[in-house]
Amino acid sequence: MTTTTHAPPEHVRITLAHGIRDTAVITRRNLLRNVRLPQLLLFATVQPVMFLLLFNYVFGGAIGGEIPAAAGGKYINWLVPGLLVQVAAFGAGQTAIGLTEDLSKGVIDRFRSLPMARSAVLAGRTLSDLIRNGFVITLMMTVGFLIGFRWQTSIFGMLGGMLVAMTFAYALSWVMAAIGLAVKNPEAVQSAVFLPVFPLVFASSVFVPTETMPDWLRAFADNQPITITVNALRGLILGQGALQPGQTVAGEIGLALLWSLGILAVFAPLAVRLYRRISD
Amino acid sequence: MNQPIVMAENVSKAFGEVQALDDVSLEFEPGIIYGLLGPNGAGKTTLIRVLTTLLRPDTGTVRVAGIDVLHDPTTARTRLGLAGQFAAVDDYLTGRENVEMIGRLYMLSAAEAKRRTAEVLERIHLVDSADRPVRTYSGGMRRRLDLAASMVGRPQILFLDEPTTGIDPGNRIDIWDLIIDMVAEGTSILLTTQYLDEADQLAARIGVIDHGKLISEGTPEQLKDKLGGAVVEMAVSDDMVQTTIDVLSRIGEGEPTFEKASKRIHVPAPDGSRTLVEAVRRLDAAGITPDDIVLRKPTLDDAFLALTGHAPEGDEGEEQSGNGRRGRRRPAGSAS
Repeated sequence: MTTTTHAPPEHVRITLAHGIRDTAVITRRNLLRNVRLPQLLLFATVQPVMFLLLFNYVFGGAIGGEIPAAAGGKYINWLVPGLLVQVAAFGAGQTAIGLTEDLSKGVIDRFRSLPMARSAVLAGRTLSDLIRNGFVITLMMTVGFLIGFRWQTSIFGMLGGMLVAMTFAYALSWVMAAIGLAVKNPEAVQSAVFLPVFPLVFASSVFVPTETMPDWLRAFADNQPITITVNALRGLILGQGALQPGQTVAGEIGLALLWSLGILAVFAPLAVRLYRRISD
Repeated sequence: MNQPIVMAENVSKAFGEVQALDDVSLEFEPGIIYGLLGPNGAGKTTLIRVLTTLLRPDTGTVRVAGIDVLHDPTTARTRLGLAGQFAAVDDYLTGRENVEMIGRLYMLSAAEAKRRTAEVLERIHLVDSADRPVRTYSGGMRRRLDLAASMVGRPQILFLDEPTTGIDPGNRIDIWDLIIDMVAEGTSILLTTQYLDEADQLAARIGVIDHGKLISEGTPEQLKDKLGGAVVEMAVSDDMVQTTIDVLSRIGEGEPTFEKASKRIHVPAPDGSRTLVEAVRRLDAAGITPDDIVLRKPTLDDAFLALTGHAPEGDEGEEQSGNGRRGRRRPAGSAS
């Protein structure tokens, strides 16, 4: 009888190669959802495009005069770099929503019962959300281009800006992963993810220069990660002239990347820890 | 002596004030089905979560397939399969993609995962629908697919948390057959259930769990001995109650009792249908025609009454037997 004996207890270890393979499997799984349910991607894109159109045509005229000359006199040129970061911030919320959906359906339990790398579910989730975010950002850029946006530096500045935005999106994805794992409930998480993002996006230089804000708000707005990341993008896409006196393009890029790394350093271990202890 | 496939010793787990598991010790040999029976909220799922590495107990030791789950969870995970209470399958993937993915995560190579997936899909009779998205599947198909996913890594032991809850009777039999096949091939299985007849049909050993404690353990026969077997239950017109009780006296082991609340007479039926036939014969000879008469096998409710003296207090337990209270039997002698 084969049932009477067990193989001798050999110790199974998860290697880095396993971790990478598991992450690839999970990433593919999550991306397939976007491919099979294209309406998900459609709605994810409609919202940022709507923001783009509304802000450009509704506020553009009123704000147009206040923006730095580096924008070439067009509000759309000022708006697009800001919106790229806003889209990244809102898009990161999907990480929390996706995780809580998996939690509520028992999928996370199954994954946790498998001999897979403990970080693979989160790594795969954030990676697939990054790819998805990249798609949405590219689409929004295209619409921006169609309605008159032009970069004022070079295509490399433009691509560099997108890279900085994606880095920030990835870092925020881990914040959202931690929020999702802490909140756990798919309905509650919908509002939980917007709670930190909304004030950060509006009290920033995404839509308007911070110079017109009251001093106390400006002190906050100038030093929070969204404004700093937007500054880096504007520096890259519009040039030095888009920045305030005392700021340099390289300096703002460095600061923005530092913020992203700092957020990652805090929230990635936190999210992995929450994942390990999800049922305790 | 066989090494136990599952061995839990003095396992306790509290969630805040609630003692979900209270000093549970349990073990069984490989190659059998162990049925863990209890109402909702008894601690069945918590125990499964501890045994499958999802949850660390506050105290106690756990070995699964010879591996210390708390010290070496990764190795334990290569040897166990879990199918939870809800089919954890992805709607937008096909059945095949779902199972293949889990195979890959069980450390199978791509080719091996493909081959093994084809095998298990055949086993669960899902070959024809294998390449359709799961969102087109029925509830029973999803549950079968979930079972397939739990088997794809060739686990030595499968943990099935209420595999048939919420499944219609036809599909229930399918899943039973599948479980029986798997054990015949050498897989060990621990399943939880709220249905006494399910544990009775499938399990070689049954543990009864209530309020986080394992209150009884043994073979189905031992358990049923404690319950005292089936009951013949009938309703007669009010003026005939006493006559009926007299007529049916000493038919089985115990005396007939009249339950005022339900206005039904209960007769212990140790010989099952034979007792029923004898009862009908006597009633007919006495010219009594009951309004209705049924042979009722012991339910989980009865088991709990017999073992604990109280009915199961699961918050959703009632809904399983429809009008659960109707069928509840009081222990012989306590009827008022």
